[in-house]
Amino acid sequence: MDDAFKPSRRAFLRGSAAVAAAGLAGAAYANGPDPLITELQDWASYTGVGVDETPYGMPISFESHVVRRNVEWLTASPISSINFTPIHALDGTITPQGCAFERHHSGAIELSKPDYRLMINGLVDQPLVFTYEDLERFPRENHVYFCECAANTGMEWAGAQLNGVQFTHGMIHNMEYTGVPLRTLLKEAGAEVSRDKWVYVEGADASSNGRSIPMEKALDDVLVAFKANGEALRMEHGYPVRLVVPGWEGNMWVKWLRRIEVTDMAVESREETSKYTDVYADGTARKWTWEMDAKSVITSPSPQMPITHGTGPLVISGLAWSGHGRITRVDVSKDGGITWETARLGKQGDTKALTRFYLDMDWDGAPMLLQSRAMDETGYVQPTKAQLREKRGENSVYHNNCIQTWYVNAEGIAENVEVS
Amino acid sequence: MSKSPNILWPALGGTALVLGAAFGLMNRDYAGDRIEALETRVEAVSAQASSAAEQAEAEAARAAALEQQVAEVQAAASVMAKGGSVTAPAPHRDGRYGLGRAAYAEEIAAWDVDVLPDGRGLPEGSGDVWTGEEVFVEQCASCHGDFAEGVDNWPVLAGGFDTLADKDPVKTVGSYWPYLSTVYDYVHRSMPFGGAGTLSADETYAIVAYILYSNDMVEDDFVLSRDTFMDVEMHNAEGFVVDDRPELEYAEWRAEPCMENCKEEVEITMRSVFLVETPPEGGSNSVMNEAAVDGLPSFTSEGPSFIPAAAPTPAAAPAPVATPAAASEDDAMLKQGEKVFRKCAACHAVGEGAKNKVGPQLNGIMGRTMGSVDGFSYSDGFVEANAAGKVWTPEEMAAFLAKPKTYMKGTKMAFAGLRKDEDLAAITAYLQSFAE
Repeated sequence: MDDAFKPSRRAFLRGSAAVAAAGLAGAAYANGPDPLITELQDWASYTGVGVDETPYGMPISFESHVVRRNVEWLTASPISSINFTPIHALDGTITPQGCAFERHHSGAIELSKPDYRLMINGLVDQPLVFTYEDLERFPRENHVYFCECAANTGMEWAGAQLNGVQFTHGMIHNMEYTGVPLRTLLKEAGAEVSRDKWVYVEGADASSNGRSIPMEKALDDVLVAFKANGEALRMEHGYPVRLVVPGWEGNMWVKWLRRIEVTDMAVESREETSKYTDVYADGTARKWTWEMDAKSVITSPSPQMPITHGTGPLVISGLAWSGHGRITRVDVSKDGGITWETARLGKQGDTKALTRFYLDMDWDGAPMLLQSRAMDETGYVQPTKAQLREKRGENSVYHNNCIQTWYVNAEGIAENVEVS
Repeated sequence: MSKSPNILWPALGGTALVLGAAFGLMNRDYAGDRIEALETRVEAVSAQASSAAEQAEAEAARAAALEQQVAEVQAAASVMAKGGSVTAPAPHRDGRYGLGRAAYAEEIAAWDVDVLPDGRGLPEGSGDVWTGEEVFVEQCASCHGDFAEGVDNWPVLAGGFDTLADKDPVKTVGSYWPYLSTVYDYVHRSMPFGGAGTLSADETYAIVAYILYSNDMVEDDFVLSRDTFMDVEMHNAEGFVVDDRPELEYAEWRAEPCMENCKEEVEITMRSVFLVETPPEGGSNSVMNEAAVDGLPSFTSEGPSFIPAAAPTPAAAPAPVATPAAASEDDAMLKQGEKVFRKCAACHAVGEGAKNKVGPQLNGIMGRTMGSVDGFSYSDGFVEANAAGKVWTPEEMAAFLAKPKTYMKGTKMAFAGLRKDEDLAAITAYLQSFAE
């Protein structure tokens, strides 16, 4: 169902929803006994593949459409570009590394553990150099955090643009990280840690992406991470070591971390001045907008996940997150924000991590305007696009956490729309 | 333990009552039989009593076990409340762990090259506007244009003044960047694309001077150095405010939200501009969405205004065919060549459908006359080589890629060259594997 938004494919889906007997759901209600049950199937008779057929397993071929995808015309070159997590096809909260979005400024590099060095310098008693092995000897922690690019949903400032939640909201992933608290390394070097100090972090790749982090955050929950979801980081996510800056924009999660410098002011690097700053209607810009505010989106139904089973029981599913802490509540509207009902959280939200929500309903086949609205532990309520535009105008590019609307028509096809 | 007496006493009391009744009946003629029967009864009741006592004891034991469990849970909760839980954060140490080693001054000098807004970190050296133009044309213009106007989707570096309040602001060094330090720092560390870290301090000063000149921010006799750095005024230096969302947004948006009758009516005002095809081989294709908002229902608390008629059922589209995995080419040389080619891929394409990028496409390059790819604008050196009929051979290619600027004077290719012979062999073999 992945290429559902292709016009011909969309048309096909209209048909399949109407003719239940021919559709996916139809088989179980077929007229007469089901040959899949009454006849001996090959897989029930012949043996399958042996162990070690795939020493490192990939998803089964039937799931080969669940992949990261880019939108070529968004950037000048795929080497300095972004792709999108297939959040429409995932459930639960953990993003498998292999389909977690990538954002590189000068391409993903191959940096081995033996070649890896991490330097701490600047306002420290003793500038230090660590090897990868050194890092694994410090006490470490495990935490699940979301990483969202500041440009996620950025296109939508200008109205409904790309028809698919993968493309409107897919610059996000959520993994369990293993790493050493940054404060441990700062202490090891005898860093000056007063609140007016900054930590400048820099990557080893050709882009040398660098960002300034205020000391208060650096001492709080920032991790120097080397594992994600239990295994080594993938090359595209900064193998062997990346920074994890919980709740803050993805650009600060420096990959291939090579240097940590304690400074007495922000470096004001390219990525924190000319990029990742928010231009408002009057031309002034807001900087240091690090926290990602509470946000949510319905992942199914959505343009890539039409309703194909017709009327009756329907699971509405989505994701919510906040850079300010835990998600405490998600409301869902089926009529474009006139009426709201509180959804069920899949499990108690973790701080600064994705939370799954569900609304279980009986669909009567009437069109819907689906929306979701997240609330976090600070009491912040996810705003509408109109509320955001009123404050910031339409030229912001970054930090768009507006309520998203999907129009679901009577055939179950969903489309990205904007509403009054 | 308090439960057991309560359970036991009613059972024993019952037994006493039965025994008293038995004595009153002893004078009767049939007393013998009766006594026997009653004795049997007494035995039965005693047995019952003792079984009740046992049951009571068992229940008491179970209650005790439950109480112990409660105590354990409470103790665990109290440990967790004191922060001594089994899921503790990584511990602090008073002293150092003694891991890592002291950094050498040379190492810090090599990596710590960032420049702060007040100019700290700027190296010795200088560069003027005209030198800057030469270096810029050679190193930067292929992406940013001769006049820093930007090619294709690559960043525009000059102009855009007074556009920041417009619909699509043009954010350039001149119109937007608040600090000059950022320009030097970024160019020196991260540019040129595909050759980062190769510019000298003088070249960088010169490039930055030229970018400033392109933005009409300095005169053509300007020389940029540590000494003149702070003289330059950035147009948008005062254009930024520190994050004020807490005051302007959070204060307002931390309120209990509306749940019912939040709006009277909702209309669809815009439909997705692009439909996105997601082909099985990956990537995506954007297709303009021709559909209009006319004919879509509006919504009230009663639901949609109407249910649009379904489109006629068309013929089914063929199911997407999974692409078979490419046969694994076990040629180590080609694999190595493919890897080396990543150094070229920022500017060159090769393989099916390769098009000219910053550099010409490279299909069928071996055996081809130099400077002969259609639609690519070559430097003078390659134009001459083309006129002279020079042909690319593996040997020529290896010589060129070892030292591009020595082999072909004036080449626009900003690539520094491959140092290792095995890389040169691999890349030539790799390029040779692509036919026209």
